[in-house]
This record gives sequence, C-alpha cells and structure tokens, in this order.
Amino acid sequence: MSYLESTLKTIPTGISKVLYVNWALVLLLSAVASFGFLMLYSNAGGSFQPWAEPQMKRFAIGMVAMLMIAMVPIWFWRNIAGLAYIFTFILLVFVEFFGHVGMGAQRWIDLGFMKLQPSELMKIALVMLLAAYYDWLPLEKVSRPLWVAIPVALILLPTVLVLKQPDLGTSILLVAGGAIVMFAAGVSWIYFGVVIAMGVGLVSAVFASRGTGWQLLNDYQYRRIDTFLDPSADPLGAGYHITQAKIALGSGGWTGRGFMQGTQSRLNFLPEKHTDFIFTTLAEEFGFIGGFSLLALYAGIIIFCLISAMNNKDRFGSLVTIGIAATFFLFFAVNMSMVMGLMPVVGVPLPLVSYGGSAMLVLLAAFGILQSAHVHRPRGKR
Amino acid sequence: MKRSPTENAASARKVTRRALFLGASQLAFMGVLGLRMRFLQVDQADQFRLLAEENRIKIQLLPPARGLIYDRNGTALAENEQTFKVVIRKQDAQELDKVLAELERLIGLTPAEQARVRDDLKNRKIGPSTPITIADRLTWEQFSAVAANGPALPGITPEVGLSRHYPLKGDFAHLVGYVGPVSDYALSQMEEVDPIYHIPDFQLGKSGVEHRMEDVLKGKAGILRVEQNVHGRIIREIDRQEGQPGANIQLTLDHKVQNFVQARLGGESAAAVVLDVETGDIIAAGSTPSFDPNLFVRGISVADYNALLENDHRPLPGKAVQGAYPPGSTFKLVTALAALEAGVVTPDETVRCLGHVEVGSRRFHCWKRAGHGNMNLAASLRHSCDVYYYEMAQRTGIENIAKMGRRLGLGESYDLPLSGISSGLMPDKQWKLANRGAEWVVGDSLNAAIGQGFVLTTPLQLAVMTARVATNREVVPRLVRSIDGMEQPVRGGGELGINENMLRSVRQGMFEVLNSNRGTAYASRIADETQHMAGKTGTSQVRNTVVNNKNVPWEERDHALFVSYAPYDAPRYAVSVVVEHGGGGSSVAAPIARDVMLFALHGAVPPLDAYPSSQRNTIRERFRTLPLVGKEDESTERSRA
Repeated sequence: MSYLESTLKTIPTGISKVLYVNWALVLLLSAVASFGFLMLYSNAGGSFQPWAEPQMKRFAIGMVAMLMIAMVPIWFWRNIAGLAYIFTFILLVFVEFFGHVGMGAQRWIDLGFMKLQPSELMKIALVMLLAAYYDWLPLEKVSRPLWVAIPVALILLPTVLVLKQPDLGTSILLVAGGAIVMFAAGVSWIYFGVVIAMGVGLVSAVFASRGTGWQLLNDYQYRRIDTFLDPSADPLGAGYHITQAKIALGSGGWTGRGFMQGTQSRLNFLPEKHTDFIFTTLAEEFGFIGGFSLLALYAGIIIFCLISAMNNKDRFGSLVTIGIAATFFLFFAVNMSMVMGLMPVVGVPLPLVSYGGSAMLVLLAAFGILQSAHVHRPRGKR
Repeated sequence: MKRSPTENAASARKVTRRALFLGASQLAFMGVLGLRMRFLQVDQADQFRLLAEENRIKIQLLPPARGLIYDRNGTALAENEQTFKVVIRKQDAQELDKVLAELERLIGLTPAEQARVRDDLKNRKIGPSTPITIADRLTWEQFSAVAANGPALPGITPEVGLSRHYPLKGDFAHLVGYVGPVSDYALSQMEEVDPIYHIPDFQLGKSGVEHRMEDVLKGKAGILRVEQNVHGRIIREIDRQEGQPGANIQLTLDHKVQNFVQARLGGESAAAVVLDVETGDIIAAGSTPSFDPNLFVRGISVADYNALLENDHRPLPGKAVQGAYPPGSTFKLVTALAALEAGVVTPDETVRCLGHVEVGSRRFHCWKRAGHGNMNLAASLRHSCDVYYYEMAQRTGIENIAKMGRRLGLGESYDLPLSGISSGLMPDKQWKLANRGAEWVVGDSLNAAIGQGFVLTTPLQLAVMTARVATNREVVPRLVRSIDGMEQPVRGGGELGINENMLRSVRQGMFEVLNSNRGTAYASRIADETQHMAGKTGTSQVRNTVVNNKNVPWEERDHALFVSYAPYDAPRYAVSVVVEHGGGGSSVAAPIARDVMLFALHGAVPPLDAYPSSQRNTIRERFRTLPLVGKEDESTERSRA
C-alpha cells in the first residue's frame, strides 16, 4: 500500500471533489482560449465561421472532458500509463502505414467526428509513462546508467516514428518533454551535460552532412534552417513566412492597429494566420500589450502548475504535473520563438489559441490529468 | 510503490528543487520572448509598419487623355476616340477555356489571338491585376454582345479606352504624324522614362508633331492608390488623383487648303507649300502620295508597311520639308539679287545669249540652244535665260550668291516640330573643300547660278525664299499657332535689308513670267487683276544631260518646280510646288501653283472667272474630278461635335 493510498482518507471524495479543482488554472486556460477565439474571429474577417465557432465548441467539450478526467483518481492514470503508452505507440505505427497524409506532414486517423493525431497523444502518454516509471523506480537507482537507458529508449522509440512522418516540431517536443520529466525526477546533471554536448556535436554533423549521401535531414528541413538564419535571402520564397510574420509583429507597435484592423492578416499576407502563425495576428492587432498579456497568462499557467507540483507529495502526481506543464511550455515557447524569428519554422501550434481540434482536446485532457493530480494530492498530516 | 517516509521526503525535496530550477528557466526564457517581442514591436515598429504599408498599397497610373491637334480654324486633325476592348486579369482567369471558346463564338476570336492570351497569362512578369487585352477595337455590336453575355464570361471585363484617331486620314500624315504602341526600343532611347509609358496600351508619338511635341501632348498621369491582398486582388480604392490631359495644339495649317493641295497633287510624287508671307504661317504643306496614319496607330501590318516602303513614289517621307531638290531656275532669283547687290549689273544692262558660253575648256548651254539674244534682268527671268546667269555667276562669285541664298532662307533647317527636316544645301568654296576635298571651280558657280550642281532646296525653303523676295522681310515659317490657347510668337519678320529698287526689278521679272505673253508660265496666269500672281518656273535636271522628258523612264525625268506669290500688289501667300520627275516647271508645276494659290486666296474652290477665259472649261472639268473633302466633311464635323 503506497503512501498515497494510505492517506486516502484526507483526499476529497464524491461530488465535493469539484471544489478542489484548481479553478484559478481553469480560469487562466479559459482566458488564453478566449484570445484564440478573438483572433480566429478577426482572421475570418469578423465572422464566427469558419474557425471561431468550431474552436469554441471544441473548447467547451475539452473543458468538460478535463473536469471528468480530473474526477478520476490519479492512481488510475498512473496504473494505465504503460497501457496508454503501448496503445499510442501502436497507433503511431498504424498511421505510419495506413494514416492520412495532410499538410505534407501530419499523419492522422479519421475518427469521424474528429481527426486524431497519435503523435499528439504520445506527448501526454510519454510524460505519464515516465512519471510512472520514476514513481516506481527506487530513488537510489535513478541515475544509474541502465535505469537511465530505459527512459531514453522510451523517449526515442516514438520520436523516431514521429520524425519519420516527418514532424520535426513534435519530435522536439517529445524529446524535450521527456527530458524535463527525467530531469525533474532527479537524474544526474552529468547526463544532461553529456547530452547537450552531444547535441552540439549532432548539429555540427547535421550541417556537415548536408549535400552528402548520408544527409541527416530532408532538404526542406535544411531550407527552413537556412531561411531561419537569413530570412531576407528569399523574402518571397522560403523566407516569406518569417519576413511577413515579422512585418506583422513590428507593425503592431505598442498598442496594435486595433481589433480587426491588421492589414497583414486581413489581406492574407500572413501565412497560416489561423494556425501556427496566429500569434502574428494578435501582435499586429493588439500590439506589444496584447502579445505580452498572452505571454503573462502562459507564465501564470506555468507558475500555477509548478506550485501545484511542488505542493504535491505524491511522486507520480508532481512529476506528471511538471511534465505536462513542460509540454505546454514547450508548445508556446517553440511557437513564439519561431514566429518571432528566434527559431526555424517547425510547425508547432500556439497551445489553446491556434485553430485545431486534436491538439486542443489532447492538451485539455492532459490538464485533466494534471487537475486529477491536484485534486487527489496527499494532504499530509494536518 | 512502497516507500519509506524518509525516502518520500527526499523525493519531494529533490523534485521541488528541480521544479524550482525548471520554473526559473522557463520564466527566464519567457522573459527572453518578452524582450524579443518588445524589440520587434516597439523598437523596430516604424520600420515594419512601413513594410506593411508597402505590402498593402499598390499604385496604379491612370492614363491621361492625349492633347488634341487642331487646324487654324479649329477642325480636329488628331482626336481621341473611344475604343472598346475586352480584358482579363490573371486573378480572374479561372475558367479560361470556357471564356475563350465563348469569345470565339461571340466576336470571332482567332486561335492565334487565344494563344497570345494564354501566353500572356503565363508570363510571370505580368501582375495578377494587370489587364491583359484579349481583343481590341471591337465594334459597338461586338462590345455589346460581350457585355450582355457577362454571366457566361466569368473574369472578362469590357473596357472603354482612348485611342488616337486621325479623321482626315492621309492629308496630314506627314505633318501631324502619328502615334503608336510604346516599344522597348523607344523606351531604351529615352534619357529618363516617364512611368506613363508603362501604362498598358499607352500611345507614344512616333513622327511629325505627335513625336516632336510629345512632351506637350502626353499629359500627366493620374495616380490611383488601391489596397490589395497577397494575391494582388484589389480590395478597394484608397484614393484617386486624376491626371492632367495633354495640352491641345492649334496648328497654322488650314485643313481645307491642305486637303486641296493633296488632292491637286494627286498621284504625282510631289510637294507643295503655302506660306503666309506676313506671319510665316504654314497654311499647307502637302506631300504626295500619302498614307493613312491610322494604320500605324494600330500597329501596321508587314504587308501594308512593305507596300509603303516599296512604292517608288515614296509615300512615307514628308517631301515638303524632307525632300531636297536642285531648285533649277527658281534659284535665278537668288543669283539676280546677288548680282544686283554686288553692283556687277544693273537691271537694264543686257547680256547677249547665243545659246551657250565657253568657260575654260567647257561649253555651258542655255536651255534654248538657239539663244535668246539680248537679255536684260526682267527678260532673263521671263525667258529663264541660262546664259545671262552664267555671266552673272562669273561676275558675282559663289560667295556672294551663297550669302544671298542664306539671307533668303536657303541652306538652313527651320525649327519646326516636324520629322526629318532637311536643311538643303547652299554650297560655297569652303563647303566644297571640306566635303568634296576639291577647290571650287568657276564651272561650279555657273551650275549653282541656275540652281543645278550642288544646290539643294526643300519646297518649304523655296516658299520662304519667295516670301522674303515678296516682302523684303525675314519671314520665318511657323507651324504651331497656339498651345492650350496660348498664342505662340511669330518669329523673324525683321527687315531683310535688300535694296527695294533691286527687289522691285526682280519682282517685275517674276510678274512677267506669268503675265507677259512671252513669259515661261504665261499659260498659268491668274486673270483676276486684283490677284495677279508673280513667280518663277524651274526645271531641274536629274541627269546631267538635257533630255526629252517624254521618252525617258519616270525616274530620269526632270523635276518640275514653281515658286510664286500673290497678289502681286499686296502679297499674301507664297506657294512653292515641286513635282518629282514631273517634266517642265511651266507645264506641270505652275498650273498646280496657280490652283493652290487661288484656293488659298478664296478659301474655297476658286471661281472660274479668276482663270483666263480660254482655259475655263478644262479647269472646271479638273475641279469636278478632284477628290475634295467638301460638303461631306461638314456633315462629319457636325456629327463629331
């Protein structure tokens, strides 16, 4: 009987659980999503169709799902973590051979009512499995090479499949998300130092291999990197995304051009203005103040999650909270870096704001698990 | 898993430490994002906002209406007519196949034209909102058919444009000139290209007044600022600044006189100039054969152009100013004045003509082999005796003759807005040394004295010479009367300073040419005493031998020339006529000059009683068959107004 189960008595039960949900976090999530609704409405030229309304419906469904998941005791989620990982992995393999190919990269399964991307699910399943693994692993073994190799393998297996799709953005999120859980679990600094050193080596190798027979990335990925390094070299071709996004951001100024007044997005100069590049619309129409507000909301979410994690005496609960928060952080950090020209364009949506079904539902489900950990956290001996 | 409380506490501590580190790192990274946002949005805002405007706003030029060209009485010589065309823009060309098939049915669009449209649509240089002309110069019926079938023709826009039109067709082809499409070559010749020329279907003056006064006529382009989206589709008009139409130009020409001149010269390769002796106004400057300038506006077909090029009567150049001919005996006016002014002869002094003179080892013939006998000045002009002028040439010298020629306006090109104005040639010793590398010999003077040899004059110069002889004033030809209502100055007009008595004796000789029954052009006299004409015939040799003009090929026959002014007592107009290879000046050129002069004086077809009674029947017959614009012209004028 675990510590968690032994202190069950102090954990809220029944309908009263609802009161213990982290409502501040729910509020923050809703605020972020509202930014998304506004921008989708504006991008459609002042219309709820075709983006804002479906997005709102999905958010509502996602919120309900989140609360339902939150009501399920956290140990249930811990116990099915392995199963979830295996199931998602099988789906990944499945889409590798039978999935639909859309947008040149994403592979998804059509469930009829929605399109499911197993790679989205995998981000959460991986975090859950790693958290469960470290919950199970005796502390003294955490930094032993064999016991480090196992989670590394667990991370790399799906990553390789996702990279083959090819979806560079999700691959980065998987590796970084997994690594953060490992770090939080207490794996020695040395490993991370070595990996970072190897990463630098790999980057050198990636560039060195370019144009040779054993080239490590696809040509389009190399072009994206080139474009990132010098967007002005090809402003109408590969550099178009970044150049136009920067123009939109820059033309926003302090206060922006006003709601629905952004010329860049309204006149379709902005690429993928309702998905990956939606931040540019926000920045153009609401300026620095609007963009910074969104960033502050995101920061608030991260802070609330980490506080919840630190107050959680359950190892699985806190690790899964840190992992989900990290995944969320990586989403918006990568997206914003890419839009603001700090990173190559890798196709990661702005969480809860970008238009898109499965990403939002999966994220909200993940927050459900996070809430479950919050609701069912051991209250200690009071 | 089972864990001891101490182990749990250790785990929690470690997780908390690591979570704090992670949180700090994440917040730090968010701080970087915030700073980056600030940098892009605040520090560089101005620069990027400008770029956004550039993205958004596109400037289009609106073509101004070209200035109109009128004759001295306000009749339009060059006007802008509406043209109907259908255009398509890349952004609208989704159902191209269907549209082209439908247009083939409606307006008979040929497969070649369809192929051109397809090529244009593939041309990457053409922007998505640039109109591509599918068919131009549609009739009103075709245009309405297209407009009415709008729904079946998605993407097609019927448009109304302006195009140059020359209502009087060939009459002013050499003077007004014509416009044509802007070619890459024309653009490459400009020092500074006005962006106006990049407007599709813009027309550029190619010759004549249209070319030389392009800057005045073209006007200023209007500016249309539109907002466009990423595909170049125009969302809305931001503002519109209308252009400034080109200035209207009024010429000194009289379209009726010009029309008469063209008709009277008929099928000859000929030119005639009518000059107002007071102001220098060019009333008419005909050149035949002519061509329809409207052909060039549309872009002339190769077949039509080759036909113009291959015609041995050369329709393309305006012979009135571009043609340089040996003036023949008309030049004797210059020689006579030069001799009188040099004081080497008096009007009454006689020279004996034996039909030839011997100078050095060469024999120079008079056109009358038998000789004229004793000739004074007036008689020498009346009979056009060559020997008299051979003598004068030797007495006067080429330098004095050339000086008098230049004073009378020969050997210089006038500043007129016409194409290819020739300066003719008034030779002297220095010219021959520089251009022929040989000394001037006395034989050259003899030839020059009778308007042969090196001397070349244009019909316009001959008219100027005559006007100056008639008025003793420095008459300078003028073609532009006013620009946008602003009267253009009459230049010249100062005293020529030739002794009036000397001029009077030359004029007397010119009077006798027509009005003495022994004058060379007696048959072409004007019977109306108030309009008596004075003149001088000329027959200039094309080959260096005297020929019988009837028996030689056309291109070897002599040029026929005539210069004249009238009325003798109070000169109003000077008329010069040159008929290339026409034969004799008296038989061919003088009758034309008389008809033209009378038409100019009357402003209409002259009454028959101005002619000698014996000639009236033939004259009536001649006028009846002339293809004049006449009454038909007045009715078209009314409909145009």
